[in-house]
Amino acid sequence: MSDRPLLELDKLSTHYVTGRGTRTVKAVDEVSLTLRAGETLGIVGESGSGKTTLALSILRLLPTAAHIVSGSMHFEGEDLLAKSPGEMRRMRGKRIAMILQDPMASLNPLFTVGDQVAEPVRVHENVSRRSARERAGSLLRSVKIPAVTQRLKEYPHQMSGGMRQRIVGAIAISCEPGLLIADEPTTSLDVTIQAQYLKLLREIQRERGLALIFITHNLGIVAHMCDSVAVMYAGRVVESGPVRRIFNAPAHPYTRALVESIPRLGEGPERLTAIDGHPPDLISLPAGCAFHPRCPQVIDRCRIEAPDVVEVEPDHRARCWVMAPGPRSRS
Amino acid sequence: MRRFIFRRLGYAVISLFLLSVTIFLLVRVTGDPTVLLVEPGASRADIEALRTELGLDRSLAVQYLGFVRDVLRGDFGRSFYYRTPVLELYLSRLPNSLILALTAMAFSLILGIPTGILAAVRVGGWWDSAGKVFSLLGLSMPSFWTGLLMILFFSVYLGWLPSSGAGSILHVLMPAFALGWYFAAAHMRLTRSSMLEVLGSEYVKLARLKGLPEALVIGKHAFKNALIPVLTLAGINLVLMINVAVVVETVFAWPGVGRLLYEGIAFRDFPVVQASVVLGGSMNVVVNVVVDILYAVIDPRIRYER
Amino acid sequence: MSVNAPAPSRAGGLTVAWRMAAFRTEGVPMVPIAILVVLAFLAVFAEFVAPHNPEVGTLSLRFRPPAWITGGTTEYLLGTDHIGRDVLSRLIFGARVSMLVGFLAVLFAGFVGTVLGILAGYMGGWVDQVIMRVTDAWLALPALMFAIFLAAIVGPSEFNIVIILGLVYWTRYARVVRGEVLSLKERDFVRLAIVAGCSKWTIMRRHILPNVLNTAIVLATLMLGVVIVTEAALSFLGVGVPPPKPAWGLMLADGKKGLMAGYWWLTVFPGVCIVLMVLAANLLGDWLRVKLDPQLRQL
Repeated sequence: MSDRPLLELDKLSTHYVTGRGTRTVKAVDEVSLTLRAGETLGIVGESGSGKTTLALSILRLLPTAAHIVSGSMHFEGEDLLAKSPGEMRRMRGKRIAMILQDPMASLNPLFTVGDQVAEPVRVHENVSRRSARERAGSLLRSVKIPAVTQRLKEYPHQMSGGMRQRIVGAIAISCEPGLLIADEPTTSLDVTIQAQYLKLLREIQRERGLALIFITHNLGIVAHMCDSVAVMYAGRVVESGPVRRIFNAPAHPYTRALVESIPRLGEGPERLTAIDGHPPDLISLPAGCAFHPRCPQVIDRCRIEAPDVVEVEPDHRARCWVMAPGPRSRS
Repeated sequence: MRRFIFRRLGYAVISLFLLSVTIFLLVRVTGDPTVLLVEPGASRADIEALRTELGLDRSLAVQYLGFVRDVLRGDFGRSFYYRTPVLELYLSRLPNSLILALTAMAFSLILGIPTGILAAVRVGGWWDSAGKVFSLLGLSMPSFWTGLLMILFFSVYLGWLPSSGAGSILHVLMPAFALGWYFAAAHMRLTRSSMLEVLGSEYVKLARLKGLPEALVIGKHAFKNALIPVLTLAGINLVLMINVAVVVETVFAWPGVGRLLYEGIAFRDFPVVQASVVLGGSMNVVVNVVVDILYAVIDPRIRYER
Repeated sequence: MSVNAPAPSRAGGLTVAWRMAAFRTEGVPMVPIAILVVLAFLAVFAEFVAPHNPEVGTLSLRFRPPAWITGGTTEYLLGTDHIGRDVLSRLIFGARVSMLVGFLAVLFAGFVGTVLGILAGYMGGWVDQVIMRVTDAWLALPALMFAIFLAAIVGPSEFNIVIILGLVYWTRYARVVRGEVLSLKERDFVRLAIVAGCSKWTIMRRHILPNVLNTAIVLATLMLGVVIVTEAALSFLGVGVPPPKPAWGLMLADGKKGLMAGYWWLTVFPGVCIVLMVLAANLLGDWLRVKLDPQLRQL
């Protein structure tokens, strides 16, 4: 495994232009991330924080209203922004893959499972129909789907939600990509299935040395699955670092609030805390730090100037003027 | 699948039943159906004979049964004008209407679907705007006026195409265009909106994420899904075409069932009118059932419904 | 500077004109409304605006072309027909016929259809079944054919046409309104009213009806175009508005007589009027649909 990071984002910004050019929404604002081969990065945030737009930016599959306006992206050393549409297309599915949230909607209802699983292989590796079908079969086996030959001929609506999500997973790994981006893959699954699915993901990742970006709003999953985590708020990464560190000593007040809001068994109801205020409106962000209206530690500077990135410790960065001191207090 | 077919057939039968009752009752709504069903200039005796034959002295239910029995036997009476059994007359004209409708349908699909797809794929572009104009015009122009304009232009001014009758390809071109123009606009509109919806769907997104070439994304994944509602509409429209072609057939003197209906009202030939309505409506019901079943064949989701 | 696929191309002049003439969700569609207002004006003040009597003609002046063509006179701006009647005057009076028949038919169909739709949707049970089965059966009959059939039975007249068109088209309303009512039934304010002890009729009248009106209005505007075309077709075939009343469809039928001889103005002008009115109704209906309830896309 080389030392060079697999994926490197440097101050990436993606803006949406709406209302016929009158309004700009900074969906992703100067995001910098690093990911090494085989690592798992969790991206956490509320809905609207820019997580999905970030993922689509990496794949350069943004809707027409959105544009990457500044910054750089490098994957395996290659400049993603310099690639032509054709080159980018060849990367998708083959070197970078993505799983979407709703497996029922992701699968085309009119084509068989076998057809859809074999598709990326047929397109990217130019193999024959038969060998593609065999590949599809072995892929389904590797995601632990029983009765493979039967399943290949069936249609998506005939399967359960858990199975569909595995199929989507099989599609994603079919061409052995180096990076897999999973956008809230367990959100639409039953809780009992979630654990199984996560376990499967980890196995696949380990077997193939896959790097994984796991987008979620669920901190519990992050604690389980990820090596490092990036917390997003209003399009910016407000804190990033190794999972252990972030959970034990969160620097940014938002991260603190998130970590503290995870209910724990054994502690009384008075421990349940919610974050005051409401999620930011990206169209009209407050001046200064976007979080300041809800921040328990706000000072005057926060209202005027948006914080730069500060290195709390090597690999642990946050954007805050105040920076909560020390580990989380326990009552 | 079998249960599905049976259920659809069941609905069809109920519809046919209600259709026949409606028509039956409407004919008698004026109180004395002999006014309509008797030849103009018939004598008192003839009217009395018709009275007995129709069983007008019996109860409505019995009359209805007689009506149904006649219909099922294919007996729709005789045309006053042509003096032949109406069913014969109708069936002899039907192929012509089918030819016209099929040609018009083909035209409407060939024109409508590609323009709809182009408009959707290039939303907001030139093609989309032109498409909108086209669809609005097509939907606002009465088909018979389109026909008249075409006669004016192609027959009177240019002298290229014959203005009436049937017999060659040249004869069918203008009526088919006039008839199909409206439906082309309707199909274009539906194709466009259906395509737009499909293009925004998650599975198209995933297809792109898989790195499939755009041609494959649109041609394979988007196309088939977008086409389903359009084809359903087309199927329903086919029979609609046959039935509303009355005016176009009249304008071009095309010898189809539409023209027959016109002749029926022009010559006060009521048996013809009644039969046209019964047969036309029934055909509609039947075709709808067939379309429903075909739909299930194309879309596997419907098949496995309970 | 974008690294993505280029933004969709602009159509330049066409888009601008389109936006002006048609509508966007925010702007009021001026052109359709203007057209309808002008037509309404003509309909009401026909006697004062039309230069000649639309029903009486001068035989010696038959088949005169429009004023700007040799042979035409400014007295008969748009030419004369086969009996020497002034085309322009007939068009103006025809506006009255079209508007009257159109609106009345739409109102009639709308009223019957909405009431039955509400009953079917709200009461459910056998009332629903009966109304729905009848609707299905009547929908199986193509509108034009059904209208012709009814006209053949009761005979053509302006009044009959309104009734006939109403009978033919109420089913469209019933279907749609019923669907609306079915979903409205589940809404909280209806449930609250039930719990509060309101009678069925009160609920239908005070809660369901106002909410369904939006849909009904949009549908009415869209139906206006359809009704007018059907009326024109009926008149063209001779079972609509009877002569010598100047209905546009009737003018087209008369116009056909002169078609082969090249008397184009008898065909073009009435048709243009029909198209304008239908276009205005369609555009207005589309705009209303977007404005009043974006959920009504299935219309």
